[in-house]
Amino acid sequence: MNVDPSNALMRDAEAASAEGIPPKMVARSVNVHYGATHALKDVSLDIQGYEVTALIGPSGCGKSTVLRCFNRMNEMFENTQTSGQVTIDGMDIYARDIDVVALRARVGMVFQRPNPFPKSIFDNIAYGPRIHGLAETKEDLEQIVEASLQRAGLWDEVKDRLKQSGTALSDGQQQRLCIARAIAVQPEVILMDEPCSALDPIATGKIEELIEELRTGFTIVIVTHSMQQAARVSQRTAFISRGELGEYGPTVEMFTKPRHERTKDYIMGRYG
Amino acid sequence: MTFAQTVSTKRKLSSRNRADTAFKMLGRGALLLAFCSLLALAIAIFSRTLPALTHHQITLDVAFEPDAFDYQTSAPSGTDASYRLIYANYGQIVGRSLEKAFPEIVDPAEKRALRRLVSPTARMQLRDRVLANPSWIGTKQRVALYVSKGAENILDANEETVDPQLTLWLTQLQDRRALSTTFKSTLFTRGDSREPESAGLLAALVGSLLTIAVSVAISFPVGLLSAVYLEQFATRSRLTDIIEVNINNLAAVPSILFGLLGLAVFINVFHMPRSSPLVGGLTLSLMMLPTIIIASRAALSAVPNALKAGALAVGASPVQAIFHHVVPQAMPGIITGTLLAIAQALGETAPLLLLGMVAFIVDLPSEFTDAATALPVQIYMWAESPETAFSNNAAAAVVVLLCLLLALNSLAMILRSRFQKRI
Ligand SMILES: Nc1ncnc2c1ncn2[C@@H]1O[C@H](COP(=O)(O)OP(=O)(O)OP(=O)(O)O)[C@@H](O)[C@H]1O
Ligand SMILES: [Mg+2]
Repeated sequence: MNVDPSNALMRDAEAASAEGIPPKMVARSVNVHYGATHALKDVSLDIQGYEVTALIGPSGCGKSTVLRCFNRMNEMFENTQTSGQVTIDGMDIYARDIDVVALRARVGMVFQRPNPFPKSIFDNIAYGPRIHGLAETKEDLEQIVEASLQRAGLWDEVKDRLKQSGTALSDGQQQRLCIARAIAVQPEVILMDEPCSALDPIATGKIEELIEELRTGFTIVIVTHSMQQAARVSQRTAFISRGELGEYGPTVEMFTKPRHERTKDYIMGRYG
Repeated sequence: MTFAQTVSTKRKLSSRNRADTAFKMLGRGALLLAFCSLLALAIAIFSRTLPALTHHQITLDVAFEPDAFDYQTSAPSGTDASYRLIYANYGQIVGRSLEKAFPEIVDPAEKRALRRLVSPTARMQLRDRVLANPSWIGTKQRVALYVSKGAENILDANEETVDPQLTLWLTQLQDRRALSTTFKSTLFTRGDSREPESAGLLAALVGSLLTIAVSVAISFPVGLLSAVYLEQFATRSRLTDIIEVNINNLAAVPSILFGLLGLAVFINVFHMPRSSPLVGGLTLSLMMLPTIIIASRAALSAVPNALKAGALAVGASPVQAIFHHVVPQAMPGIITGTLLAIAQALGETAPLLLLGMVAFIVDLPSEFTDAATALPVQIYMWAESPETAFSNNAAAAVVVLLCLLLALNSLAMILRSRFQKRI
């Protein structure tokens, strides 16, 4: 069963105009090639501000690739080609004069496996603000570190051992450290690629609560393999299948009355 | 019947255990063999080191009679009082003291032969003592004087032709407890010499250090940056493949070819000074480069990509991500590789021979363009000498070279743990 992308496009336009708020980020006809692999085919997606958008779909369908389009992290890999248009607040992020460094300060990212720097907890958070020159004084920097850790719900657990290595924390704490690290550069959007897949249920619960809370200050895009998680944390869900956008809409609708057979199969666990 | 109890699995298990045991025994055997050969080497070297590090001395009653100091009739104009002390007839003083030590000898020829007991440097020893204590003139003092090369050979039991007369006298002195051994510091304080007892390895050591300084200063940054570029920036292409193959091949090129290259390029084309640490260092740095690049690349590629991704995601530029995170993480491996290259270069002789660093160096080199030699070359030159005393010196120089490597290894260990602590 083939999905007509213009179908999804039209609905997005409707949804946005209905609410009267222009989307935070927009992807239009994005194609990504990794060498010979055509990983994304004509994907168009609107990310609404101050919402959590979940990306779901079977393994290898291109969820991570979509996510990485929004902060140009796909460029890390060799022989990657991206075409189409991606904008943040109307600004084309693939334009020639765009500084990737500045873009990534606006669009932060949290990875599947916690990847704290092998440095102290303090330095993990302070690294971003330092390279961007966000703090004038040492006190400013300490202020940012504390605020970021507070925001990530980690402050109480680590405030007495900021000098300890970030890698010495538990997996769940490490992942919150990575979230705090992303928050510290004061981004507008946070991209999360399966942030809970390496965590136990309790740590996962904490991160989910955190995402719910972060929504008030950030726009969040999250890739997840767990339908329950998508249902719990997101307001919108995009179903991606074989590099194409299968279906996109409010999470509630998606899970109660999916329009496409394939989406339904995937959600019911019959495919993927 | 469970799986583990079936006959065939049991048989397989026991044969597997036997293979394990056999492998362990083989491993232990290999270790033992390596240890034994190392021990033999150590014994061979250290047994020869001791004679090279000690001097035998004869304690004599020396009378500083004033007539010996007036034997130069007139001091040249423009010289001061010390002239008299410097040019005194110390040979006569030594000779008379020896004759007094053996009063039973009357034959004048035999009396003259007595002087073969002490080293020609004994006169210098006396002169230095007198210069320090001018009041000794006219008095009698007990002074320890270095024995001659011949006497040294007898006392060290070297394989030289032995003079029976000297042996007899030495036994007599020994009975009188007039012989002593002292630590010979000349080995560490002087340059090379024609006389084994006054030859030192300091010039060669300094030459080695200067050479290594040049080669590390060049090969470490160049090697590290090449490795970073190849590993992190260069996209894989036919060109990078060719470069990679070439680097791997360069690591296997015999070192003498690098010497030829250095001779042709640095000396003949760029007219850099022959025999200098500069040329030696440049040539050795070419030799060290492949080792450093290969080791650094391995260390860099072992750093998880997620680390770099994390840095990029907070807005670090690729250069920042690499130099703030990836390189420090790879540093222990890079240091190990560099050390390996230094150790290799430190022991290298062949290319230096071609670059003229085989010179007979008496004065310490103080600049990178001074003529110099290196420790392994010095060892080669001394070991080649037919005199046993020189080959003992060579053994001592080997020990110094080993100590230098040990010091380098410790330094690397400290640096490594420093980097790991930062992490
Ligand atoms: N660095 C890369 N080089 C080459 N091909 C890649 C690369 N990254 C992804 N791909 C390919 O692109 C396609 C999409 O990959 P992507 O990682 O986006 O999938 P995903 O939906 O995130 O999968 P998962 O749920 O397993 O993480 C896959 O076919 C994958 O093989
Ligand atoms: Mg993925």
